[in-house]
Amino acid sequence: MAKEVLVFAEQRGGALRKVSFEMVTTGRKLADSMGGECCAVVVGDSVSGLAADLGKYGADKVFVVEDAKLKDYVPDLYAQAVAEVAKDAKVLIGGASAMGKDLLPRVAARLDTAMASDCVKMDMEGDSLMSFRPVFAGKAFVTIKVNGTPQVAAGRPKVFPAEENAKAGAVEKVSVSLGDAKAVLKELKQEAGDRVDLTEADIIVSGGRGMKGPDEYKILEELADALGSNATVGASRAAVDAGWRPHSDQVGQTGKTVSPSLYIACGISGAIQHLAGMGSSKYIVAVNKDADAPIFSKADFGIVEDLFKFVPELTGEVKKLLAE
Amino acid sequence: MNSAVIMKQVPDSEALIKLAPDGTGYVKEGVKFVMNPYDEFGVEEALKIKESAGSGEVTIISLGSERAVEAIRTGLAMGADKGVLLNAGEGYACALGVANALAEELKAGDYKIIFCGKQAIDDDMAQIGPMVAELMDIPCVTVVTAVEISGDKAVCTREIEGGKEIVEVALPAVIACQKGLNEPRYASLPGIMKAKKKPMEQKDISLGDAKAQIVKWEAPPERPPGRTIEGDDPAAKAAALVKALREEAKVI
Repeated sequence: MAKEVLVFAEQRGGALRKVSFEMVTTGRKLADSMGGECCAVVVGDSVSGLAADLGKYGADKVFVVEDAKLKDYVPDLYAQAVAEVAKDAKVLIGGASAMGKDLLPRVAARLDTAMASDCVKMDMEGDSLMSFRPVFAGKAFVTIKVNGTPQVAAGRPKVFPAEENAKAGAVEKVSVSLGDAKAVLKELKQEAGDRVDLTEADIIVSGGRGMKGPDEYKILEELADALGSNATVGASRAAVDAGWRPHSDQVGQTGKTVSPSLYIACGISGAIQHLAGMGSSKYIVAVNKDADAPIFSKADFGIVEDLFKFVPELTGEVKKLLAE
Repeated sequence: MNSAVIMKQVPDSEALIKLAPDGTGYVKEGVKFVMNPYDEFGVEEALKIKESAGSGEVTIISLGSERAVEAIRTGLAMGADKGVLLNAGEGYACALGVANALAEELKAGDYKIIFCGKQAIDDDMAQIGPMVAELMDIPCVTVVTAVEISGDKAVCTREIEGGKEIVEVALPAVIACQKGLNEPRYASLPGIMKAKKKPMEQKDISLGDAKAQIVKWEAPPERPPGRTIEGDDPAAKAAALVKALREEAKVI
């Protein structure tokens, strides 16, 4: 039997989420490194149609587990389905999304194997998966090796690239005998607001204690609007604790972990707990009138300036640029 | 209705983490250890359920070294009734091994709800809740910001990307708590005094070989050095930044 890297491809509402393509690309690289096959597994009600896209990103085979009981995400049933397909794989990976972090540990426990969560790098050394991940909110990093079958790892969303690399994507339907669901999804509530979710945004404009109050966030919202539909507004813990922004906007150790291409931190000092949440950002811009703010040591571009004077100017320049 | 809270003692979030020179971990001397902040939400929720029902016991169960007794006492001081330490010594423990030991301990009790934090702030693994639930063949809801118990069911609000799920599970179930679930109470002085007399059980356990091994510890990867954007006034700096973001970073 071929050595297999199995990728859990996450779908919600019948559509594959972006992190699935990031993970198939990663799985493809791991499989090539090991001299094995890259397969994907997708679970749901009517999901065979999703296989073609998974093939496009590098899956040789796509295992499809379809059942009416799997229409909504049910952790225990999805774990039964994925475990059945994954039990002989060398490696099982998936995104460290809300679903991945909920599901993959269940699958690992079911198969009596171990798992590395929230990885920012994954490489094969022979047949061993070496997973690189932060600990202590990023104050240190560890490399983990799993002695188990499969070796399970979850990749942090938006860190691994998604690259097309068309392979067969041959569909193989797998029938799994499922127990009764232990959880029932009663309702799915979408967050109000027309901006992209923080964990999926390409650009985040974030405000901290330096914003001085809730009304002042308007200038950050205007900048995000100017930057386009993939930009949104975040906040530091100080701003959330002060009641200026909702907890769902919080970036940091006790908030959300984000990995945008661009993170613009306004009036944020850069405490380590905040850095824990945005340290994976590709580019960091810091705007702070305190030249000694710790955030400047992490920023690619630092602006020592009064944010209330600078941000509106930046919005103006962005509008000019994007109008060209 | 009896509940249990899986609790881990961890370094305080402000602690400076120094790597051991022999590469085997971090230096524990001089570090302040506390109850994992996410587990505090679990203790608080368990206490609220007990208070609202007017009955039931809250047991804090922790796998750790002797040092963890202190963190269990914090939970008892908040109002929990019993503490159990599964003493595995100081060595590294992988989540699967820990989950197996916890599941065995929990199965022996009669807990309707098992709370834990969404993750421990030392290893940030976020695996214990779902793993324990799978090993006990019960449901688990993660990243929970609201819980409502009615009879033998719990309706939980769970955070997902861009929204929330409302999930109903039959009890017993594991609930992994997220910030926002409640405001954990401080231990009062009378609470601290009472805690000293509350039952605290210690069991020596051995975890066996860890299936997830840490093969290397390192300092965080360095980002390439950045630069200050200069300019005569905010407008000039803004123009310079936009140019850099477009031409150098290529992100806009």
